[in-house]
Amino acid sequence: MELTKEEESALDGKQGETLALAYRTLVAIGEASGADRLIPIEWAHLSGVNYNTIGDAGKEFLSHLSQDAKFKVKTTVNPMGFDFDSVSRYHLDDKFIENQRSIKNSYEKMGVIPSYSCIPYEIFDVPKQGTHVSFAESNAAIYANSFSGLKTNKEGAFSALASALTGKSPCSDLRDDNVRSPNLTIRMKVESRDELTYGMLGYFAGKVAGSSVALSGVNDLDRRSCKSLCAGMGTSGACGMFTFGEEEGEKIDFDKNEMQKIHDELNTSEKGDLITLGSPQLGIEEIGDLASMLKGRSFQKRCMIFCPRAIQGQIRDLGYSKEIERAGGEILYDCCTCLSPLVDNKEVDSVITNSVKGAYYLRTSNEVDVNLKSLKRIVEEETR
Amino acid sequence: MNVKVIVRGKAKGSLLVAKNPINFLGGVDKKTGIVHDKKHDLFGKSIGDKILAFPFGVGSSVGAYTLYSLKYNNCAPLAMICLKADLTTASGCAISNIPLVVVSKNDYDLLQENKEITLDAVEGKIL
Repeated sequence: MELTKEEESALDGKQGETLALAYRTLVAIGEASGADRLIPIEWAHLSGVNYNTIGDAGKEFLSHLSQDAKFKVKTTVNPMGFDFDSVSRYHLDDKFIENQRSIKNSYEKMGVIPSYSCIPYEIFDVPKQGTHVSFAESNAAIYANSFSGLKTNKEGAFSALASALTGKSPCSDLRDDNVRSPNLTIRMKVESRDELTYGMLGYFAGKVAGSSVALSGVNDLDRRSCKSLCAGMGTSGACGMFTFGEEEGEKIDFDKNEMQKIHDELNTSEKGDLITLGSPQLGIEEIGDLASMLKGRSFQKRCMIFCPRAIQGQIRDLGYSKEIERAGGEILYDCCTCLSPLVDNKEVDSVITNSVKGAYYLRTSNEVDVNLKSLKRIVEEETR
Repeated sequence: MNVKVIVRGKAKGSLLVAKNPINFLGGVDKKTGIVHDKKHDLFGKSIGDKILAFPFGVGSSVGAYTLYSLKYNNCAPLAMICLKADLTTASGCAISNIPLVVVSKNDYDLLQENKEITLDAVEGKIL
């Protein structure tokens, strides 16, 4: 890689060990991914926040790093394992809570915006078209590339962290316009559509596509379906963006048979003990929809609903939280279905969700069975 | 022998050569540096204070933090030599300041267990 004089001096440790560490990381990842130089980024979004995902080693690393590190650009963070405001109502051991608190403190000490959200594209102003950012949350990276006109790779925890400390990222893969042009088109052939079908389309696309993929026959996406598509795609593979319409090159169909195969892979139960909504977290629009769907109805089992803290005041003022809580929903902030220790396989055997991403992690990480169905069916079948 | 530099640095020590890929998160004890994956050809050996050669890293990206813990607990390799630079190993070596280089398959096959070598991961050479 070609580095500027200033980058070389930082890499050599002349600007302190923290910047040396950050530049070593960018250069190592750049060399491993074929980058020729570093380019400036305006916004970093970090993963590796939930104690469940980074463990003691990650907690210790962040604690050491935060002793003198400061983020150089706007930096937002993924969800934690739970909501500090309501954690006492759940059976979670004190050690987990303390470890999570240490991670939270480390990030905040380094100057993070305490967003604890996997939908930064929905709760922050989006920079102008073509701006380079560095998003480590997969659904957010795909959303940023495909809907927000931003450019990012599907960053890892370390590349995004190093980007936050330096304001730079290796120029490789999806930062190159040639790589952004897809050479595979997936034709959406499933007639009846909701967020679940789009989540499964994304999951299918992630498995078969390279860095970028074109989707044709997709033109009626609401916000819920957009998010579900991005999250599904981010879960199953390395694909980091999509475009709309047919492109040159290979074409394959996503039809009812392909969809059934994905459903069979992710759906392992026909019922569940607990409902979880929100992976990605629900934004204000989806919470408003949910509140109106629940009018006059109540959940027949526990339902956990995950949101960003940023919308707490608005959904309270609009009366949405009151309506959802009346129906028996538990609204949690700063956390998400994925890898939450609040879903414990000693307490529940099976979880109902409409999230493809949630289904994948509930099975592989929380080790519970999953009943995967659309939000409409969840409301019809699980409320009265 | 010429090598591609992923993380800069210099090291001198004896080689420990693995046949199998390494899963740092599940396969190495972060307090001792001993490989505790029973299926691994380095099972029972310590990777600490050696120049570790292995094909590439596998498993969770959190394995990068395991490398950092090894360094923090003074039982990390002096340097590492891989066939392919996976992002977990690259990130882990970068945050832990462990020199890392990539070599070709032919050169990898020439690496001999216990041989004393000098790795110059600035100029990109093994002597």
